[in-house]
Amino acid sequence: MEIGLGHYLTVAAILFTIGVFGIFLNRKNVITILMSIELMLLAVNINFVAFSVYLHDLVGQVFAMFILTVAAAESAIGLAILVVYFRNRGSIAVEDINMMKG
Amino acid sequence: MAEFPSILPAAPEIFLACSALALLLLGVFRGDGATRLVSHLAAASLLVTAILVLGHSGARTYAFDGLFVVDGFGVFMKTLVLIGAAAVVMVGQGYAARQRMDHFELPVLIVLSTVGMMMMISASDLIALYMGLETQSLALYVLAAFRRDTQTSTEAGLKYFVLGALSSGLLLFGASLVYGFTGTTNFEKIAAVLTNAPRADIGIVIGMVFMAAGLAFKVAAVPFHMWAPDVYEGSPTPVTAFFAAAPKVAAVALLLRVLVDPFGGLTDQWRQIVTFMAVVSMILGAVGAIQQTNIKRLMAYGSIGHIGYILLGLAAGSELGVRGILVYLAIYLVMTVGTFAVILSMRHQGRPVESLAHFAGLSRTHPMMALVMALFMFSMAGVPPLAGFFGKLYVFLAAIQGHLYGLAVIGVLTSVVAAFYYLRIVKLMYFDEAPVEVIDRQDDGIVTIVLVGCGVFTALFFIFPVPILTGAATAAASLFAG
Repeated sequence: MEIGLGHYLTVAAILFTIGVFGIFLNRKNVITILMSIELMLLAVNINFVAFSVYLHDLVGQVFAMFILTVAAAESAIGLAILVVYFRNRGSIAVEDINMMKG
Repeated sequence: MAEFPSILPAAPEIFLACSALALLLLGVFRGDGATRLVSHLAAASLLVTAILVLGHSGARTYAFDGLFVVDGFGVFMKTLVLIGAAAVVMVGQGYAARQRMDHFELPVLIVLSTVGMMMMISASDLIALYMGLETQSLALYVLAAFRRDTQTSTEAGLKYFVLGALSSGLLLFGASLVYGFTGTTNFEKIAAVLTNAPRADIGIVIGMVFMAAGLAFKVAAVPFHMWAPDVYEGSPTPVTAFFAAAPKVAAVALLLRVLVDPFGGLTDQWRQIVTFMAVVSMILGAVGAIQQTNIKRLMAYGSIGHIGYILLGLAAGSELGVRGILVYLAIYLVMTVGTFAVILSMRHQGRPVESLAHFAGLSRTHPMMALVMALFMFSMAGVPPLAGFFGKLYVFLAAIQGHLYGLAVIGVLTSVVAAFYYLRIVKLMYFDEAPVEVIDRQDDGIVTIVLVGCGVFTALFFIFPVPILTGAATAAASLFAG
């Protein structure tokens, strides 16, 4: 069986869904959320690269490079915020992020 | 050899980016002692950029090989964003100094995120859209967590980061589908694919829905609003003021640009989503605010309600609707900056207070401040002849012309409910006893100037509405011309 565009898109969609569920169903640790965000962005990258090859068009791969770069910057900022949060709260459990409600 | 791409239409953005870097250098070399200077220079460079933006003729021009577009719509929106950002930088400086959070990074980050907003407004390609959005968001995440020594601020930053990253992910997934099914990332070419196709491909529709959901996060429309109240409450007040003013305008501009420009051919599809979000945002904005006791949280629910009215204008899907939205945004910006100027000057013995109870008896202790605040509250509630009434009027007119009678009725009903909590503040100020904890005297000259300016605009808009109305009409026309 030859692996075609549909297979790549299915894998990407599955990874993306796992990422989204990782953000919402996870009750333990914020680090897991950061990993889930990465997973979502990488799923999108698979989509872009698969489409790029399928369409014989380089723009998709250029877009993927931009996403990689921005994702790195984003995780850096996310981790930095997480560190200052930990210093104040002494915990990074998701259920402890509840100072404000309502 | 390829021709050197034209970058001249992007001159205001380039200028602002360079001044942000210059301000950063100044701050690094002079230390936190220079924060006041950096703030003033930041406000000045924002205003200079606004002048540069207004220097453009408003005719549709492309730069960077079609990635970047300048048109009347962009000029109007960028002017609003820049004025809002400059006002917030000036108003926030005194508060930041009193709270010992006057690090020079605050104005620099505000300027950097404003650069991102201008790129968002001018985006004409999915890549440019994403880069602009992220330039804005990355700076905003840091701003939300700016009081890094307090729990509330860092928690607000963390929440905003997680949900902001999630929304970027949704937007990107949509963008990848749109790219795959149209074969291009350019807005004009996407629009061309949609007009030439006999029927819209389901892949494009799904991509469009994902992108709309990601953008709805950024404007805090229900059901993607859950970050807004927490982030508004937790962030330091100058940052909250900035959140309520500039990024809101820029995100609405981006939403309009994306839905009208590339996805204009899918109007029937996105109208259903926008209608749904408009109805639930208006209802939740009105109902959610009733039980709030924190003024910043109340403003968050209020802004969700305002987004509902803005989406109501978008649901009309017409040039008239977009004109209504632009007028609404201009008025919303002024009212919000004014209200936050009041909130920023509320402090008791030098400590900032945010509870609604502190408004009690304000008319006796600070008659002028109470008068201006009452003006903003009446205007937000939509009482004629104040500015807020006209904002709602033009949106409702567009909805009725688009035969969305049910939506317009819901809009009027929810604005009656919303009037309850706005008028409650007026009642607190004018009819309740003053508490023991009296608010300190307002002694910040810039805040007074901004307050008076916003107050005069709100009160007298009905005498001089023409400049804003014609500006909005030209801008709306230029969006639909493309």
